[in-house]
Amino acid sequence: MSSIEDRVNKIIVEQLGVKPEDVKPEASFVEDLGADSLDTVELVMALEEEFETEIPDEEAEKINTVQSAVDYIKAHS
Amino acid sequence: MLTPLGADVASTWEGIKAGKSGIRNIDHFDTESFATRFAGLVPEFDIADYLSPKDARKMDVFIQYGLVAAIQAIRDAGLDMDKEDADRVGAAFGSGIGGLTNIEDNHRKMLDSGPRKLSPFFVPGTIINMIAGNLAIMYGMKGPNFAITTACTTGTHNIGFAAQQIMLGQADVMVAGGSEKGSTPLGMGGFAAARALSTRNDDPQGASRPWDKGRDGFVLADGAGAVVLEDYEHAKARGATIYAELAGFGMSDDAYHITAPAEGGVGAMKAMENALRNAGVAAQEVDYINAHGTSTQMGDLAEIAAIKSLFGEHAEKLAVSSTKSMIGHLLGAAGAVEAIFSILAIRDSIAPPTINLDEPDEGCDLNLVANTAQQRNIDYALSNSFGFGGTNGTLLFKKV
Repeated sequence: MSSIEDRVNKIIVEQLGVKPEDVKPEASFVEDLGADSLDTVELVMALEEEFETEIPDEEAEKINTVQSAVDYIKAHS
Repeated sequence: MLTPLGADVASTWEGIKAGKSGIRNIDHFDTESFATRFAGLVPEFDIADYLSPKDARKMDVFIQYGLVAAIQAIRDAGLDMDKEDADRVGAAFGSGIGGLTNIEDNHRKMLDSGPRKLSPFFVPGTIINMIAGNLAIMYGMKGPNFAITTACTTGTHNIGFAAQQIMLGQADVMVAGGSEKGSTPLGMGGFAAARALSTRNDDPQGASRPWDKGRDGFVLADGAGAVVLEDYEHAKARGATIYAELAGFGMSDDAYHITAPAEGGVGAMKAMENALRNAGVAAQEVDYINAHGTSTQMGDLAEIAAIKSLFGEHAEKLAVSSTKSMIGHLLGAAGAVEAIFSILAIRDSIAPPTINLDEPDEGCDLNLVANTAQQRNIDYALSNSFGFGGTNGTLLFKKV
C-alpha cells in the first residue's frame, strides 16, 4: 500500500495536470500549481473518494496546500 | 471540422468527393435494446494537438469538438490575435442539444451518490455557449460572443448572425459554427422515440439515403464545423486566403408543426428566397444547393417542392445534393459543415454526390448528383438547414 503522501500527490498530479516534481509539501494549489476555485473543489472531491471520507466545506476551505491535504487525511483516517 | 469522415477538413472533403460513407455501429455504449444501433461517429484524434488534457477533461465532448473545429479554422485563416484589435474579434458558436454526455454522467452520479458528488465543472462544461466562451478566453476575443440554438438550423444561424455582426459594424472578424455530440443513450433513444431515425441496422452505410424510395429516417451523427468570417477589406489587408464570399442569409419559420415540415415546403422556400433577396441575386444565378436532405419521408419531399416552386424551370439546371447521405445528420453542426462543403464546392468546381440514391422517390426528378460527384463551375451555392420548431435558414455563398 502506498503512503498517504504518495496517494495525495498522485491525485494532485491527475486533477491539476501538473508534474510530480512540482508537487512539493509547501506548494499552494492556487498560487503554485495553477488551480482555480473550481479546480480546488474538484480536488477535494477526489480526495474524498480516494480516502472514503467526507470533508465538510469549512474544513475543505482550509485545504489549500499539499501539506494541508496530507495533514487533514492523516488526522481523519 | 470534425465529421464521421475525418478529423479535419482535408480528410472529410476527400471522403465526400469520393462518395464514401462515414456511418458505423456504435461501440461506446451497449445498444442492444435500442431501435437504432449505428451513427456517424468522429474518428479518433489526439485532443492534445488542440487543448491541454486537463482543460479538455472539464468539458463535454461537444465543447471539445467545437473548440477543435474552431482552432483548426483559426490556424487555417492565419488569424494572429497579437495583430488584431481584440475588441473587434468575436465568436458565435452553438449546438442543437449541448452536453448530453455530461448531463447523463452527472445525473447518474447524483442518483447513485447524492448531489455532493456533482462535478464543479458540470454546469460550465455542459451549457451551450461555452464553445464561444472558451474561445474568447483562449484567444482573448473581446468582441460579440454568443450561441444561437435552433435545433438543426443552429450552424447556419450562427454563421448568418455572425456575418451580420460584421455588417452592423460590431466586429471585423467572427469565428462561427456549430457542434454536436448527440450519439449518447439519451440522444439515440430520444430521436428513436420520435421515430426520426433510420433503423436499417443491417446496413448502416446504406441507411442515410435522401430522396431514395427506401429511405426510413435520418442517421444521427457527431461532429463540428467552424468558419472564420471577416470583413472583406480586413481580410485583404492582412493577405488572408479568401475561400468565398457569404453573399446572403435568409430565415423563416414554417409555423406549422414541432417536427414535421409544412406542406409544399413553403417555409423552406421562403428561407431560400430571403437569402437571394438579401444578396440581390436572381434565382437563375444559383448553380448548386447543398440541401438539408435528411433522408426522412416528408422532409425530403418538402425541400424538393420548395426548390421547384422557387426556381421554376431553372430547377432543372441546378445540382442539388445531400452530403448527409455520407456523414449523416450532425444536428446543430450540420449547417456549419455543410456551409464548408458549399464553399469547397465553389472552390473546386465540384458538386458533391448524394450516395445511396438508387431509386429516386416520385417527384424527386431534379439533378440530385446521384452517387457520383459532378464537375461543374459553381458561382453561387445555397446551403439549407431546417430545424425542429419549423425554423429555417439558408446561406448563399459566392465565388470570389
